[in-house]
Amino acid sequence: MGKIIIDPVTRIEGHLKIECVVENGVVKDARATGNLFRGLELILRGRDPRDAQVITQRICGVCPQSHGIAATLNLDSAFGIADKIPDNGRIIRNLIHGAHVVQDHVLHFYHLAALDYVNIADVAKYEGNDSQLNSVKDFIKRGALEPFLPRYEGDYRLPPAVNQQAVAHYVKALEIRRIGHEAVSIFSGKIPHSVGVVPGGVTTVPTADNIMAYIWKIKILQDFINNVYIPDVFAVAGAYLDYAEIGVGCKNLLSYGMYDLNGTSPDYATRERLFKQGTIGADLKPAPLDTGKITEQVRHSWYEDSTTNLHPSHGDTRPQYGKKDAYSWAKSPRYDGRVYEVGPLARVVVTYAKGDPKMKEMVDGALKQLKAKPSVLFSVLGRHLARALSAKFIADSLESWALQLKPGQPAYVEYKLPDEAMGMGIIEGSRGALGHWIEIKNKKIANYQAVVPTTWNISPMDDKGQHGPIEQALIGTRVRDEKNPFEIVRIIRSFDPCLACAVHVVTPKGRDLGQFRVV
Amino acid sequence: MVKELPVIYLQTAACSGCVVTLLNTASPTIKNVLIDQIAPGVHINLKFHPVIMAAAGEPALQVMEDTARRQKGEYVLVVDGAVPMATDAVYGAIGERNGKPVTMLQRVTELAEDALAVIALGTCASFGGIPASPPNPTGCTSVQKALAAKGISKPLINIPGCPPHPDWFVGTVASVILSGLPKAEDLDDFLRPKAFYGKLIHENCPRRAYFDEGKFAKKFGEDGCLYELGCKGPITHADCPLRRWNSGTNWVIGAGAPCNGCTQPEFPNETAPFYEKLVDVDLPVVGAYWANKEVK
Repeated sequence: MGKIIIDPVTRIEGHLKIECVVENGVVKDARATGNLFRGLELILRGRDPRDAQVITQRICGVCPQSHGIAATLNLDSAFGIADKIPDNGRIIRNLIHGAHVVQDHVLHFYHLAALDYVNIADVAKYEGNDSQLNSVKDFIKRGALEPFLPRYEGDYRLPPAVNQQAVAHYVKALEIRRIGHEAVSIFSGKIPHSVGVVPGGVTTVPTADNIMAYIWKIKILQDFINNVYIPDVFAVAGAYLDYAEIGVGCKNLLSYGMYDLNGTSPDYATRERLFKQGTIGADLKPAPLDTGKITEQVRHSWYEDSTTNLHPSHGDTRPQYGKKDAYSWAKSPRYDGRVYEVGPLARVVVTYAKGDPKMKEMVDGALKQLKAKPSVLFSVLGRHLARALSAKFIADSLESWALQLKPGQPAYVEYKLPDEAMGMGIIEGSRGALGHWIEIKNKKIANYQAVVPTTWNISPMDDKGQHGPIEQALIGTRVRDEKNPFEIVRIIRSFDPCLACAVHVVTPKGRDLGQFRVV
Repeated sequence: MVKELPVIYLQTAACSGCVVTLLNTASPTIKNVLIDQIAPGVHINLKFHPVIMAAAGEPALQVMEDTARRQKGEYVLVVDGAVPMATDAVYGAIGERNGKPVTMLQRVTELAEDALAVIALGTCASFGGIPASPPNPTGCTSVQKALAAKGISKPLINIPGCPPHPDWFVGTVASVILSGLPKAEDLDDFLRPKAFYGKLIHENCPRRAYFDEGKFAKKFGEDGCLYELGCKGPITHADCPLRRWNSGTNWVIGAGAPCNGCTQPEFPNETAPFYEKLVDVDLPVVGAYWANKEVK
């Protein structure tokens, strides 16, 4: 038994700490702490409602486009134009958000997660002619190895040749994700924090040259996903098969769906989307989405208890640091009072279970290749696989959507700013279900609440004491080497949390049994 | 012998947009920046970076603290994010010391004290930005003001932008490597390198002719100057129209959207509402020349 302090866990966005209680090498309890409060919901009050899509992108610079779209759908609904967006506008939004999410998945697998599995040190033994690998070999020879060392030592299982190839792919993926962002900016001006998506549609008008430029950048992404990314996920899976049973989690999944396939229904919860809306459990029987069942609880969060269990449309954010029994700046979103995981796994499984033929073929094919049942999807490997399939599912749709655009035709519809209104925008971000809610009074924002994917996943205990999804995924995990707790960081990173984090592993009595040092 | 330039990248009250924008650097690429000799004989040794580095927890913090101790006066500190000051700075912490969270304010001041120079990356670090806008719930402020409050004086360069163009950062670092720290005359009143922030957006805007002509777009998707749709180009210093974004693919006004003034100390509060005309003024009407002229 030991107290191992890992603080902060890196390669995730933001500031988060996790405390695990370990007994006889097994995690007995886990607590997730959001370590930064900025209060963007408070900053939004009193502002011009249209500014929400600018400000809320700054919630997260890794997934700004998802916030921009959620805010815009929210405003469309408040302005009464959710079903009036021209097809050009709807499609361009999909193209912008599509390229963004695909590059984000590539970024996560290679640049945030891979270093937990891939041994970069093997490049020192490289003898071939690849100039990129040889430049990495030179880097290793020079000996100033940050930011790639130090690291956890021990459990790297891939053979040297596969590690070398994976490092070459890490370098290639830097270029690929940059190209993904170039595709976004064709229609959205720039990214991060893009400008093209606004209530009413988009600011740009499609042109034939833009459509063609976009398609050919997407083909580069598709080629990489099919021939590099997905094979690499299987290569990692083959060497780390035990991770198909590690980090199982709560087994309740929630998806808001994304990429509107038509815009004629004002109801986002039921309109036709590429990824389907719904909830699902271990039985893989999907249920329809009812956004009225969402509440945010704050019993264990640093907010006033009087604000607990509110629907986000009436949400309230009143900080109270140091509140008794509270341990996080994150609230606890719950659906029907229960704990739900969100993310690529959720949207892939919901879409699969609802019988989408292409998704069925992809998931069944992957499971066959792994000789596994759908239950293995609830795991560390399952989340990585689902993310790769999510990338493929999106990338394979983008070209045909781009070709549906009508060059020179409007992509924007005018509207009147209402004096008073309520709105809701729900979408899948890269990391899962993302909801924005607004209340407008006197043409200004009276209240704004965003319930973001990572808040679902890293949520602390709720009013009933139920642990959040990442906490549940950690509890029960055997940590083989407490000085190099690979299992814990691999579980956390499989969720792709949008928060930097710190992990503490303490005994039930809080005894300090050993400290972790630079390797 | 390759000279190693140690860099500590600290993230405070931020969104990681500045991290992602740096990943987008096209020439040199981010791989060139991290792995290769950025200039002959010089390699940037990125000691600490929360989003990229392999290490986590104690070893990661150890590298940060060892660098500050062993390479005192030699490393560049990059701060990405505003610094929360309210209520004893409880709103943001990075790691712990003796079981207590170390506040972001404490990290910034400790590391700045022993740095060669400090780069405030992004509008939050440069001026406070989004988290510092009213009601500023966490008392966020800029790196410059946080250091001044603690009586620390260091060479400081602000690279604002929400996020900044990667060239503005990489180009500034290149300048430090090739010609040393900037002289006072290289920076403007807000400590921005004049090389990138010396001109207004408006001065180089390809829609400038519409402005002079008095032709203003009334809704998105129309030709014309975007002034009446809220463009803040006339009061915003940056070279976006010339440099363009995402490997030169496009830029804000190129996508038909108004500039929101994100490189300015006034962003976001005084440059908002983002979709409202800056101010009612007598705008140019050169375009009305023929209309008003009696042609014989």
